Amino acid sequence: MGYTIAEKILINHSNLKSISPGQFIDCNIDLIMVHEQLGGRIHKEYEKLEIDYVWDPNKIFFILDHWVPAPTISAAQMHQDCRKFAEKYKFIHNFGYQLDKGICHQVLPEMGFSRPGMLIVGSDSHTTTYGAFNCLATGIGATDVSVVFATGKLWFRVPESFQIIMSGKFNKGVMSKDFILTLIGNISTKGAIYKSLEFHGQGAKNLSIDGRMTISNMVVEAGAKFGIFQPDNKLETWLVNRTKEPYKLVTPDNDANYENTLEYNLSEITPVVAKPSNPGNIAGIEEVEGIEIDQAFLGSCTNGRMEDLRIAAKILKGNNIDPNTRLIIIPASKEIYMEALREGLMEIFLSAGAVVGNCTCGPCIGGHLGVLGSEEVCISSTNRNFKGRMGDPTSEVYLASPAVVAASALKGRIADPREVL
Amino acid sequence: MIEKIDGFAYILGDDINTDDIVPSHTLTMRDVDEMAKCTLEFIDPTFAKNSAQGNIIIAGDNFGTGSSREEAVYVFKVLGIKAIIAKSFARIYFRNLINLGIPGIIVSWNESIFSKGDNLEISLNEGVITNKTKGVKIEFEKLPNFLTKILEEGGILNQLKKTLKG
Repeated sequence: MGYTIAEKILINHSNLKSISPGQFIDCNIDLIMVHEQLGGRIHKEYEKLEIDYVWDPNKIFFILDHWVPAPTISAAQMHQDCRKFAEKYKFIHNFGYQLDKGICHQVLPEMGFSRPGMLIVGSDSHTTTYGAFNCLATGIGATDVSVVFATGKLWFRVPESFQIIMSGKFNKGVMSKDFILTLIGNISTKGAIYKSLEFHGQGAKNLSIDGRMTISNMVVEAGAKFGIFQPDNKLETWLVNRTKEPYKLVTPDNDANYENTLEYNLSEITPVVAKPSNPGNIAGIEEVEGIEIDQAFLGSCTNGRMEDLRIAAKILKGNNIDPNTRLIIIPASKEIYMEALREGLMEIFLSAGAVVGNCTCGPCIGGHLGVLGSEEVCISSTNRNFKGRMGDPTSEVYLASPAVVAASALKGRIADPREVL
Repeated sequence: MIEKIDGFAYILGDDINTDDIVPSHTLTMRDVDEMAKCTLEFIDPTFAKNSAQGNIIIAGDNFGTGSSREEAVYVFKVLGIKAIIAKSFARIYFRNLINLGIPGIIVSWNESIFSKGDNLEISLNEGVITNKTKGVKIEFEKLPNFLTKILEEGGILNQLKKTLKG
């Protein structure tokens, strides 16, 4: 009986010789990522344990990204609490002062901290993003973070795995975001609760690393615990410049057991959006085309990467955005920001009338740099469109690809990018 | 052994997400009582004030979907919520519930089984919910032993503290 990728990595991090789905096991954690939650509930909970150490200060990655730089006094105080904790427990990878770095889920992989075969947890539900790098990664709450800080271990329920076999390539104007939204719409926001999604096939290999990250990022919107890609040359090329640490590529056994198999031909995917107020509320672009928007946002851990900025620049080049619409663009990291600067994308964005912000989660959680007012409508490249997510509870968010966001900013209404590319 | 839980039903629908429970604007608040006042504010602004009359939450599918923010469990603890019964839970939310010592119970239900204000008694040891108002008993699959032990300790950190000292 063979194993899936998730099962193989879980076994490697346990002291067991065999495991099966549904079983509860203890695993050793390779790395834990924490952000502002450290100054939220984590530091208060951890102090209750009355210990003066963390299990391994070298296996903690700490960065501030949600409210950066602090837009309010309360956020500034939260940042102070975070930094105090990181210093008290002597975190090695402490980026609490480097507010220029960017969003955790972009910066951590860029710095080579997510490598094949690793088991990573983080104080953020979109920790699943690192599955694009052939490792197991998932989000946990503040108390679980405290348990890992103290012991380096965590219990897991071995998940059943879904195999998603992808073939073909996207047509012009279609992106990984359209694929993952389509998948969530098909299986629903509860369709993969507790499951590990494994992406297989030539179609997956055809995707860029940026595109894979978008898909792994949003598997949690279908309830999944992991969203993991197979290793290939593209991944190894990416890693060469990022890490000198050894790693072991993990592939599933031929006779691995999958609870469900879904097949997608990427050439059949078309632009879609998630209508308010649920990421599973999917509609084809033709159904929502023409809906007037107040704001367009391009950024976040889901879609703030070079691939996303490049397609937006292609659409915006030489054009002005609609005069009654605001466009906010936030690169996911400083590395991306500077690359976009060198490529001339920033000039295109600014000339078109976009506001370009510093690297932060910002508007995605209604934090700052583009909060929505009452009854405003936003088309956004982010991951959640819950009621009040980006501001006032009467505002509405449509989730879409960077191409749809850019095309919509041009027209002042939701638009099909295939018509402007 | 955990004593029987006695309380009153408060009904919610499917896909109640963590932003519904604690909106993002509350997350930088340092005073948890202030944060707890905003619990479910976009769905029912009176919820926090009346939580004693609805201290067992009955929800539909995918309860707690969304963020890892543990505040979405903690505010319920602050408000004295005794248990959450749902058709299904989001993964991180379920862990957070048990970790903070609030039982999460998975039950398939409809309006003939639970309505707002029903007086319920939950026995975790027997795996039975008694709806005293409607006079019906509902069985559920008991939690694995190691999770029940976490609940008995009042949360995983209480348990861990003992282990670290032992």
